[in-house]
Amino acid sequence: MLLTEEEERMLAGEEGSAARKAMQILVALGKIYGAERMVKVSSVQVSGVSYKNLGDAGLEFLSALAEDGKARVKTTLNPAGMSLTDWRAQGIESGFAEKQLKVIDAYRRLGVEISCTCTPYLAGNEPTFGQHIAWGESSAVAYANSVIGARTNREGGPSALAASLTGRTPLYGLHLKENRSPTIVVDVKTPLRFPEDFSAVGYSVGKAAQDGIPFFRGIEWADLEELKALSAALASSGGVAMFHIERITPESAVEAEGIESMTITSRDLTEVGKFLNDEGVPDFVSVGCPHCSLTELATVAKLLEGNRVRREFWVCCSREVKRQSDEAGYSDVITASGAKFATDTCMVVAPVEELGFRVVATNSAKACHYLRNAGLKVRFMPLEECVEEATRAA
Amino acid sequence: MRLTGRVIFGGEAEGEALVSSTPMSFYGGVDPDTGEVTERGNELLGRSVRGKVLVFPHGKGSTVGSYVLYRLARNGAAPCAMVNAKCETIVAVGAIISEIPCVDLIDIGRIKSGDSVRVEGEVVQF
Repeated sequence: MLLTEEEERMLAGEEGSAARKAMQILVALGKIYGAERMVKVSSVQVSGVSYKNLGDAGLEFLSALAEDGKARVKTTLNPAGMSLTDWRAQGIESGFAEKQLKVIDAYRRLGVEISCTCTPYLAGNEPTFGQHIAWGESSAVAYANSVIGARTNREGGPSALAASLTGRTPLYGLHLKENRSPTIVVDVKTPLRFPEDFSAVGYSVGKAAQDGIPFFRGIEWADLEELKALSAALASSGGVAMFHIERITPESAVEAEGIESMTITSRDLTEVGKFLNDEGVPDFVSVGCPHCSLTELATVAKLLEGNRVRREFWVCCSREVKRQSDEAGYSDVITASGAKFATDTCMVVAPVEELGFRVVATNSAKACHYLRNAGLKVRFMPLEECVEEATRAA
Repeated sequence: MRLTGRVIFGGEAEGEALVSSTPMSFYGGVDPDTGEVTERGNELLGRSVRGKVLVFPHGKGSTVGSYVLYRLARNGAAPCAMVNAKCETIVAVGAIISEIPCVDLIDIGRIKSGDSVRVEGEVVQF
């Protein structure tokens, strides 16, 4: 791999041990994936924040890096395993909280913004078309590549952090235009009306496309919330890091003939709905996977107005969107109902199973996927029904 | 026999080969404290990777697997070296942060569990 003088200096340890370790990681990845050189990145999103996933080893690794490592570009953080301020109200035990706060402290020392969200693009980390970035968090990766047209591979926690500490990433994969063409055409033959429809389509197509690039035809319109839901679902049942929607996403004017194709009908949506619905009455309801936008919080507030929540109901969002919601007056309505804001965290990365909950209702196919892997039962339903479920008398 | 591959993390190590013919998941697949393989369906189920030259096609599963390798190393339960057919991000990052010698582009079908293997840079000898 061709390295610049500055990159050679980092590799030789002349810019500290964290930069050295980071450059070692990037050079190895460049070698494996055949990159000719590094490319500078303008922003990084780091996954690997919840202590539930990191454990003591991850904490130790981050603390060691923080001794002399510093972020060189704008770097934001994935959700943590708890709200950093209201963890007691969430029922998190203090042992877990102490470790989680140490993880956050290591990131703070590394110069990472403590944003704690899977939707950095709604919270001030907003790359533009064509920019090279290094993002972890699979749903944000799919959103950034597909909806924004920025360029990132699907990074893991350490490789994203390595990009932050050096300001670079190896130039391969989705950083190169020739690798951003569709691999499978998806003809959508049923109207998609709600974000949950997009979530179900994404879940179905992700399974078939694996780590390919779907090209959707037949989708008339998609708003931010729908594109966010589609991104998350595609990246959870499969390894999709990018998709195109004809006439909607910025790089969709591409050749999509002569490749594999599949069709989505209303039956596929019904099947996902059935597959993601276990037996059981929900004892936990949560929306905001990926984290809620301000528009979604407005909807939740409208539905909750004058109602009482009768079971645990988490509304997950970033602290930035929560701040906007405070100003708009939605937050007061939501908390007055008894619902809880879960800022900095979500139902997937918080230790929900250890809080004693068994059956989760949510409007996210991605959340269903991961919660089921964690041993919980899931009920996939639209946002409106989630709110009904939360407010229904037991 | 002497095979030559590509260095992912350089170093020297010698030990008994432990061979999995299928990809390995470290997150949820290997006990980070003991090194015991816990992945259902894996032919190494119940065996320990501790001190072994671990030979497998490539990693799979969650990228958190890199941290499991780190934890194994801190607990003295890591393999002494890893030999892959084609390394990928999880194992490469894990090897680098844990400083476990790792080499790939090796015809791993030639190595049998129990072989005495020496890894030195890009060379695998047994």
